[in-house]
Amino acid sequence: MKPLLRLAMLALLLALALVIGVRVGAVHLGVREVVDAARGLGDPTTVAIVRRIRLPRAVLAALVGAALAASGATFQALLRNPLAEPYVLGVAGGAAVGAVGAVAIGGFVASAAPVSAAAFAGAALAVLLVFRIAAAAGRALDTRVLLLAGVVAGSFFNAVIMLALTFADADSFRSAMFWMMGSFAGATWRADAILAVTALPALAVLFALARPLNLLAVGEETAAYLGTHVERTKLIAYGVASLLTAAAVAASGVIGFVGLVVPHVVRMVWGSDHRFLLPASVLLGAAFVVLADALARAAAAPTELPVGVVTAFVGVPFFIWLLRRRAA
Amino acid sequence: MSGWRCAGLSFRYPQAERPALDGVSIDVPEGACTAVLGPNGSGKSTLLRVLLGTLRPSAGTVDFRGKAVDAWPRMALAREVGVVPQGEEAAFPMSAREAVAMGRYPHLGPWRREGEADRRAVDAAMRRCDVAELADRPLATLSGGERQRVRVARALAQEPAALALDEPTAALDIAHEMAIFELLRELGRAGTTVLLVTHNLNLAARYADRLILLDRGRIAAQGTPAQVLTRAAVEGVYGWPVRVDRFSGPGPDEGAPQVVPLAGEAGAQMKHGTEDTVDAA
Repeated sequence: MKPLLRLAMLALLLALALVIGVRVGAVHLGVREVVDAARGLGDPTTVAIVRRIRLPRAVLAALVGAALAASGATFQALLRNPLAEPYVLGVAGGAAVGAVGAVAIGGFVASAAPVSAAAFAGAALAVLLVFRIAAAAGRALDTRVLLLAGVVAGSFFNAVIMLALTFADADSFRSAMFWMMGSFAGATWRADAILAVTALPALAVLFALARPLNLLAVGEETAAYLGTHVERTKLIAYGVASLLTAAAVAASGVIGFVGLVVPHVVRMVWGSDHRFLLPASVLLGAAFVVLADALARAAAAPTELPVGVVTAFVGVPFFIWLLRRRAA
Repeated sequence: MSGWRCAGLSFRYPQAERPALDGVSIDVPEGACTAVLGPNGSGKSTLLRVLLGTLRPSAGTVDFRGKAVDAWPRMALAREVGVVPQGEEAAFPMSAREAVAMGRYPHLGPWRREGEADRRAVDAAMRRCDVAELADRPLATLSGGERQRVRVARALAQEPAALALDEPTAALDIAHEMAIFELLRELGRAGTTVLLVTHNLNLAARYADRLILLDRGRIAAQGTPAQVLTRAAVEGVYGWPVRVDRFSGPGPDEGAPQVVPLAGEAGAQMKHGTEDTVDAA
């Protein structure tokens, strides 16, 4: 099958996922109702539900899934490590420190805008800190040093969160825990717009780096001999992938598993060329998170499950199945 | 005109006791095959990296085709020089053909799609390195020798004016090793500048036009094989007793010096200076 046809198929999958994401909820809607409501026709309550609650939520889930999958694929290539994922450089820990601080000290509820801002600031600081640690070790963009610095910073952030939660009251504690598990409950068009404005240009930059990323995954020396400015490319790619993760985490909290596994699924089925891997991961990651969010709302309604639980519960068995099928 | 020319080249790795290169001046002629020889740690790979611009010398100058190496844009240099580095391991699975096709990247830039000319260059390179029938195999399933030939094919797919190889035959059996050396001589005759690092003194002596012998970061000898591979030079650099014979042929390389390492004891009993029959050449 031609790559473009595959991408069209994945785009169709995403469109289907979005429709399902909008249909599922306390009030179950038919496809017809969804399409009409999206165009502003039919029952005003349904229109409001679709346009003000469910559509922005599904779109946020799609954007977050896209950002995390692309970021994960990029980190895996840069660090030449299949275990790399979007949070490998301590972004999640830093964002959590910011968010928990805003919840526990500022007294905001988990879905409030200041929490997002604090999370983004925490994530950005975490990335800068990790690069500072690596630079202090003498080799700022050495993959092993960066990985180590990321792990160390992550442990430290965890300790800070524990400390903050020790002194938090019960409400803040619950609020903070919910934030850390990830949720799209606070989705608004505004949040969508903020994430889109950050994520779409970042994705475009990564797509333009597809060939250098192919080369870096083979080896840095080889990449240089095949025309890549290694240090410059790494700096841009690390920066952009971290920005994608930070923006996603700020919008929805920490959602695990997507950024690790979606790129692997694409690689296993269609190969590791980043010119296809990146756009395919974006589409598949988006569809996966939209469906996971729909399942999170439907599975134990009216209780909403943390979406990270669903991504792991559905993703792990699927991934194991794929691994076994490949091995056979 | 020279391919590479460098003068007074020195390089020291951080925290190293002595410089890896110490005042090296060489001239790699265009359209010929030059081999860099020397013991482990004598600076062969370092010299190659400095010539290719991935290491910056602490002193001295490096020119490629009359222009300082660090003044070449990386993409432009990659269109001129194909490199086969020592061992590399792709982080993710890819087919042999995908690996060879990466040799076209310097010609394609970030966006352009592989065209007919690119496909032809990739196919021709794979046939020349005898890996055409491995095209769809994942790299991980290939033997060390097959993977090495894929890397050489990738460098050929670049259609470069110069080729630099770091121990390209280290993992190959004699047939494939000979095939690579034959290929390098053929390329050299067709006008490609070939620069090769190798431990195989005897094949270097038969196939290279010029040899450069390195000893602890310094040039011990350079010139034609007969000038460089004398008993005194080889024993002095490698610290092992040898005899130097002539290749008895048949072939175009008849008469090339051939280094025969002696058994430890025989060497200890041997009187230096009495068996030098070929050095005078």
